[in-house]
This record gives sequence, structure tokens and C-alpha cells, in this order.
Amino acid sequence: MALQSAAIQPRSSNLSRILSRWAESRNALGFGFMLPAAVLLLVFLTYPLGLGVWLGFTDARIGRPGIFIGLENYEYLWSDAVFWLSVFNTLLYTISASILKFVLGLWLALILNQNLPFKSFFRAIVLLPWVVPTVLSAIAFWWIYDAQFSILSWALQQMGLIDHRINFLGDPTNARASVIAANVWRGIPFVAITLLAGLQTIPQSLYEAATLDGASRWQLFRYVTLPLLTPIIAITMTFSVLFTFTDFQLIYVLTRGGPVNATHLMATLSFQRGISGGQLGEGAAIAVAMIPFLLAAILFSYFGLQRRKWQQGGGD
Amino acid sequence: MAAIETTNRPDTDEGGMGYLQSLPRRLVTVYLPLLVFVIVLLFPFYWMTITAVKPNLEMTDYANFNPFWVVHPTLEHIRYLLFETSYPGWLLNTIIISTAATFLSLFASVFAAYAIERLRFSGARQVGLAIFLAYLVPPSILFIPLSVMVFNLGLYDTSFALILTYPTFLIPFCTWLLMGYFRSIPFELEECALIDGASRLQILTKIVLPLSVPGLISAGIFAFTLSWNEFIYALTFIQSSENKTVPVGVLTELVRSDVYEWGALMAGALIGSLPVVVLYSFFVEHYVSSMTGAVKE
Repeated sequence: MALQSAAIQPRSSNLSRILSRWAESRNALGFGFMLPAAVLLLVFLTYPLGLGVWLGFTDARIGRPGIFIGLENYEYLWSDAVFWLSVFNTLLYTISASILKFVLGLWLALILNQNLPFKSFFRAIVLLPWVVPTVLSAIAFWWIYDAQFSILSWALQQMGLIDHRINFLGDPTNARASVIAANVWRGIPFVAITLLAGLQTIPQSLYEAATLDGASRWQLFRYVTLPLLTPIIAITMTFSVLFTFTDFQLIYVLTRGGPVNATHLMATLSFQRGISGGQLGEGAAIAVAMIPFLLAAILFSYFGLQRRKWQQGGGD
Repeated sequence: MAAIETTNRPDTDEGGMGYLQSLPRRLVTVYLPLLVFVIVLLFPFYWMTITAVKPNLEMTDYANFNPFWVVHPTLEHIRYLLFETSYPGWLLNTIIISTAATFLSLFASVFAAYAIERLRFSGARQVGLAIFLAYLVPPSILFIPLSVMVFNLGLYDTSFALILTYPTFLIPFCTWLLMGYFRSIPFELEECALIDGASRLQILTKIVLPLSVPGLISAGIFAFTLSWNEFIYALTFIQSSENKTVPVGVLTELVRSDVYEWGALMAGALIGSLPVVVLYSFFVEHYVSSMTGAVKE
């Protein structure tokens, strides 16, 4: 068909016609190829995202579609001390766990980047906490943190460091520290392995050059490793912060938000009010309140990526 | 992209400047911290395993038995778990749901990634960015509206509720990963095939897919693990005991308010972890490349 028309049409418009036909078929094909993924994502991701925002403005309960009540849910939450406590807990949990994960993960990555025997073996077992289902490893932590038979308490008592059992999950401060420790335990491998991949792309010659210039070990780290690693750090930590901020499983297994809401995160509070309590509207409003924080983290990631492009010589 | 990371450093540099360090110094700065890290990271698994085979008598009697060891190992907890609870059913559910969700996501992702990366239809870049943003939407803010949808669609308490919702976090991840793999396949191969008269579908199935088998394996096992580990959707959308997945079943059915069956709980956690650990041990490199690949690109 294209050939037939080519015989009649003047050359230039013919070319543009073929090109446009080609582009069209490309678009049609692209549309067809995108269809399965697009349908699944639009129906089960984009639509619920909008529905969630809408539910936040209604008084929906389980088994009863709600009516529009404007900002009432948010007004209620604004004056709800438990909600603000959960915001505080979430920020505390995210910030302290992320800092610990970053420091320990970077340290582990630097160790694994050394010339070690059985390096790949170590790398493989280090990643285990991240592979195992969180709920199941959290159950193991639950048993480790048991009020009566905690192995940690027993070990510390045997060493003579403490004289009575630690109440890991019963006391607000201890409970917070315990869930943060469990989260850090699970998060270190992810940070360490991704940073290790970043470390391995840094050419050894840079270190050799810096050493010849008389750089100390700290200077090597500060002026060679860190600047070259910054883009990867930015992205890794954005992911880490996102997953920590929206964490649900660990808290649900270990404390369910207790004692006296000291470990309630926004996600667990949203579940408790929305699903267990049946107040879908209020639960959705709590979930929507997480979005501004997530957007901030995503913007952070975006600027991390920007910097990377610039470092690699600009452009896309 | 991800595949070349580990080989980026020239072989001759393998030792780096490690020879400048003395052994005692390396002992303190490298081996000792590494030992502590490994012990801390692995201890919960050891504790899980040892508790799963410990008789109840030894489990609570720290005075007469060293808790770090087991004197008379028993399979009682595992027997109880496999024959007196619905655990085998949960395992089967989890296997079916994870496999179905993984294949559904891979199918959708292969086409999407190829379209974005190679067909370059108008707006392909924007769609690619949208896919990346979709990856950042956490299940914690979707489960309430999704539960409403699942209920209205009549999927509540069925496996389909999970098979259809898991792709929301699997497709963005798999697409993103496969885009990277497709990018590494030379354009010339496709041009040759086009000249020989192959259709785009033939190019995809006969040239691109065979070349990206490692990428498909990476995406597949990673997606399988993510579905296996998923918790919040399974907790919200499934009601009846026989339809539960392993993580939800262990937590909600084995934990009774009056007495904790720690042995059975630990056995449940251990057996529930084994499939992904075995899978992981066979495909360590694929795991690492998919994990770092998702972050790096």
C-alpha cells in the first residue's frame, strides 16, 4: 500500500507520509504492548490511590459506603493526640532507624569491599535477613524479646551486666528501641549490598593516586569514596526511608502499636482504625496524611538522580 | 547495567592496596567487625532453628539447660505444625499465589518494558517515569481503598484478590529491571531481524527474550520472593483460615492469647522461610543484581 501511494505522491510528502505511518504503527503497537501492565496498574494502583483520597473525605465504614463530609476526618485527626503521637513515632522510627542503617550498612559495605577470603560467601549470608519474610523473622525477634524467656536478658545476666530481666516490649522506651533494632537488623543488608555495588564501581587507580599524594585513610574515604558514592547513597537511602516510613509488618507482629501507643506508626494506626475498627474513612485519611512525607522523600531521590547525571557529564 | 558491576574493576587490581596493611591491623579493622556483623545478622536464624527442635521442657528451663544448645532435639513441633494445623494448606496457597502473581507480572512487564525501551512510542519516557513512580507507592497507603475494591468486586477472601493486587508492586519493579536488560541488547540484532521481515512480536519472542533470560530469572525470583513475603494485603483481604498465606497464617492462627506455642511458631517461621532461602541460595548473583539494579538505574 505504501509503495502504491509512493508512485503517485511527490517525493517529500511521500517520505513524511511513510514516516508518519510508521510512527503511527509504532504507537499502536506500543499501546498494545503496554495494555496488560497499564490495565493492571491503572485499576489496582492509580484508581485505589484516588479512591483512598476520596475515602478520606467520607465517613465510610466497613459494609457501608460513606457520604462526603469534607475535612471532618482531618479536623478530628488534627485534635487527636494518638494521631500526633503516631506521627512523632513514625518520624522517630524512620530517622533513627535510617541513620543507624546507613552508618552500619556503609561500614559493612566497606568491610565487604576489602580483599577477603570467601567474599561472595559472606556477601550471600549477609543478605539473608533481607530475603526471609519480615513477618517470620519478626516472630523470631518476638521470641528473642520475650519478657520471661528472652535470650538477651539471660545472656546479659550470665555476663553479670544486668541484675533483672529487661522488659523489652512492655516499657515504652524499651519497646521503641527494640522495634528500631529489629528494623535496623533487617535493613542493614539492603543498604550494605547496594552500597557495595556502588563501591565496586570506584576505580582503584583513584585510591592509588590519592595515596601517592599522601592522603590518609580518612582522607581517602572523605575525598574519594564519599563523593563518588553520594548518588548511590542518595537513592539507596531514599528507598530505605520510604520503606521504613511505611513499615507495618514489624510493628504489627511485635507490639501492635503498644504499650500505650508508644510504637504506633501511621501505617499501623491506619490499619487499626480503618480495618480493625471499621472506620474506613478515618483510616484512609491517616494513610493520605503519609503522602506529603513520601513526596518529600521522592523529591529527594529526584535530586539525587539529577546530581548523578551531572556527575557523569550531563545530558540524558 | 547490573550485570557488569561486579566485573568493573580490572582483575589486576583485585588486591587493591590491601598489601599495605599489616595482619594485626586487618584483624581489628576488618575481620573482627565482620565477625560481629555476621553473628548479629545470623543469630535470629540460629535461635529460630534451635527453638524449633527444642522440647518444651528445655525451652523454659534455663537453669538446667544451656539455652544456646539443645540436648534432646525433637521433631514434635514440626510434626504438630504439619499434621495438626492448616500449615500445609497455607504453604500451598502461598506457592500458588506467588507463582501466579509472578507470571502475571512478568508477562505484563516484558511487553511493557519492551514497548518503553525499544518501540519508543510517543510518551514512552513519561510512561517509564510513571512506572518508576508507581514503584514508590507503598502498600500501606493502598490497602484500605483496595480492600473496598476487592470487596465490591466479590474477590474478598479468595486467592484472586492477592493474585491481582500483588502485580501493583511487582510490575513496576519487573518493568524497571527488564528495561535495563533490554537496553543492553544491541539494536543491530533487531534491525537485522526487521530487514529479514520479522514482526515486532517475533523479535521479542525469538531474539530479545532468549537474550534476556538472566534478567527474566532475576525479575522472576525477586518477584516471587516479594509475593511470598507480602503481608498487609494478605492480612486485610483474606478472612478464612484455609485461604491464608504462610506469614498471615503463622501469625494469626498459631498465636493464641493464652499460651504461646513457641516451638511450633519457630518451626512455622523456619519452614516458611526455607523456600525463599533455598531459591536465594541458588540465585544469589541474580538477587544481588536485581536488588542493586533497581536502585542504580
